[in-house]
Amino acid sequence: MQKNIILAGVGGQGILSIAAVIDWAALQEGLEIRQAEVHGMSQRGGAVQSHLRIADHELYADLIAFGTADLILSVEPLEALRYLPYLAPDGHVATALEPFVNIPDYPPMEGILAELARIGAPVLVPAAEIAREAGSARASNMVMLGAGAPFTGIAPDKLEAGIEALFGAKGREVVDSNIRAFRRGLELSTN
Amino acid sequence: MNRQLLLGAEAVAQGALDAGISGVYAYPGTPSTEITEYIQRSKAARAGGVRSSWSANEKTAYEAALGMSYAGKRSLVCMKHVGLNVAADAFINSAITGVNGGLVLAVADDPSMHSSQNEQDSRAYGRFAMVPVLEPASQQELYDTMFHAFALSEEVRLPVIVRMTTRLSHSRAGVEQRSPRPQNALKAEYAPERFVLMPHNARVQYRHLLDLQPKLEELSESSFLNRPAGGSGPIGVIAFGIGYNYAMEARAAHGIECRVLKIGQYPLPRRMVEELFAACSEVLVVEEGYPVYEELFRGYFGSPKVRGRMDGTLPRAGELTTDLLASALGVGLPETPAIPGIVANRPPELCKGCGHRDMFDAITVAIREHADHHVFSDIGCYTLGALPPYSAIHTCVDMGAAITMAKGAADAGLRPAVCVIGDSTFTHSGMTGLLDAVNDRSPVTVVIADNDTTAMTGGQQSSATGPKLVDICIGLGVDRAHIRHFVPLRKNLDEAVAILREEFAFEGVSVVIAQRDCIEKAAKEKRRAAAKGQ
Repeated sequence: MQKNIILAGVGGQGILSIAAVIDWAALQEGLEIRQAEVHGMSQRGGAVQSHLRIADHELYADLIAFGTADLILSVEPLEALRYLPYLAPDGHVATALEPFVNIPDYPPMEGILAELARIGAPVLVPAAEIAREAGSARASNMVMLGAGAPFTGIAPDKLEAGIEALFGAKGREVVDSNIRAFRRGLELSTN
Repeated sequence: MNRQLLLGAEAVAQGALDAGISGVYAYPGTPSTEITEYIQRSKAARAGGVRSSWSANEKTAYEAALGMSYAGKRSLVCMKHVGLNVAADAFINSAITGVNGGLVLAVADDPSMHSSQNEQDSRAYGRFAMVPVLEPASQQELYDTMFHAFALSEEVRLPVIVRMTTRLSHSRAGVEQRSPRPQNALKAEYAPERFVLMPHNARVQYRHLLDLQPKLEELSESSFLNRPAGGSGPIGVIAFGIGYNYAMEARAAHGIECRVLKIGQYPLPRRMVEELFAACSEVLVVEEGYPVYEELFRGYFGSPKVRGRMDGTLPRAGELTTDLLASALGVGLPETPAIPGIVANRPPELCKGCGHRDMFDAITVAIREHADHHVFSDIGCYTLGALPPYSAIHTCVDMGAAITMAKGAADAGLRPAVCVIGDSTFTHSGMTGLLDAVNDRSPVTVVIADNDTTAMTGGQQSSATGPKLVDICIGLGVDRAHIRHFVPLRKNLDEAVAILREEFAFEGVSVVIAQRDCIEKAAKEKRRAAAKGQ
């Protein structure tokens, strides 16, 4: 088993929390993990990505090769497109639909949707709306984790345990709303 | 099996703690910052009295680490690659004095310049100083290497470099820990013949360093960081540091037939390298950084066997990838989807609500009143003021250069000569430049952007902010009447512009402090306070 996952978003959107949950679950499963992330200048509102690799055998590279990502999981629609060269021919794309507009030349949403449609069957998620319904506007990244979960190679209950571990210190309510968000994303992806 | 998920930088930190350091000295710099932050958070470090607060700059950090080593204890000093330029005087000369307690310099290079102004390769510094350099390829190897590095440092009585690059420092993996080793006892010995580098001593010590080189090479032959990694056929790959990872990944993914020699300790293990070259008709040299060793293998007159960055087999600049390695080894890569044309770049920007934004608005208004509007600046979040919509600063070269470049331009006749520097960069290496300007009565206006933290690297403690900054400027001889203040907020724009206007017109040294706390820092403190309240 080997999964290459690109996590994408804009600095400050919380992709590292998604990575942390998958990492935690993978570590519990005894899997090998490499998860490269962006620190420093780009974190200030710039495009950020994390290369996450998990396998049941030794991994060497921290970076994913072009054309080998099993999943591009993005919390922002334009950012989903930025990493398409990494997508494997049978890879999946799951992205949140809410644009994060902080550049003057942000393309029109119709153009982004048209490009996403060319990929095949992207999982398009109104993540912010679902997160609010689940009880926490800040949990849209966990909605996206749920939407991407079927392609991570890790069972949903293991990922939920990861959410417990990651958010446990913040209290029961935070854990519950994040798990609700995760489940709603998962439902949307599997139905 | 007890594995902990650690960044490469954190593996260095945990390894150093478990190897029994008594202190870490550092100035923040991407991608090295997380080493020291990890030690600052560590309960075990606190319990063991491991000192870990930030130094004013890399040179002061290195010298303090050398002093701790002199006193017999193990010390770690951390910096980014360009920080080693600042610490170079201390570093190079510490190879001549040698060390007592183990002294390890963990330096993080940034090929592809993700957060840096160049991609210089610290291994060149290791060669220059003639000290061992260790370059692990994985997070586990980084951890294990720290034990080895301190033991080696004490065995050969030299500082040892542990070099890593961005991808390893900022990537997580499971790391298994060993049982920790106790700290060394205090043991400061008089050894002026080693530590007083007057020429008569230095000549002897330098001779000693030269004589040590064959031993260092011999130690590399038996290092766990150097080993053949199998393979067959006439093609060889000599893979340094994390170059090894990409070579192995490409070999496995594409079924490439080639021999691989992994290198992680320098000076090179000569016999291993000779064996590879003897067995192969072509050798690809894979270095994550400059072609330091490729150039040596080629020699001045070239070698037909050597492939690498210098003949275009691999790109001359930038970090390596599995794809680059596969191509270099003759694999044709399949077509992959292109990035759609509509995907616009999304560069970093100053945070919404950041005081630097209001400061740049004020500077822009005031300086546009002059025909020449050059603004010298420096390294920090405010460097983002170089990008639109501000385009408000016009230089960023090295830490502290804002003040001294403005001074030189003022000496040349440029008016006004304006510079912008952050609080942390000012104490790092701006203060000495300000003293030059004062002594020379150079007409410069130094705007200190005081946000009470070292923001760009994530909000570390700054050496001097607020009233302490004022005291420093007065102490350096700046006239109190020309140390001015404003709070960079939209409502204060007119006041800020008026102050800047007056000081731009002044034919002497002035300092204008734009003081408002970093909003990220304020938010973090609020979250922390809320968490404590629960």
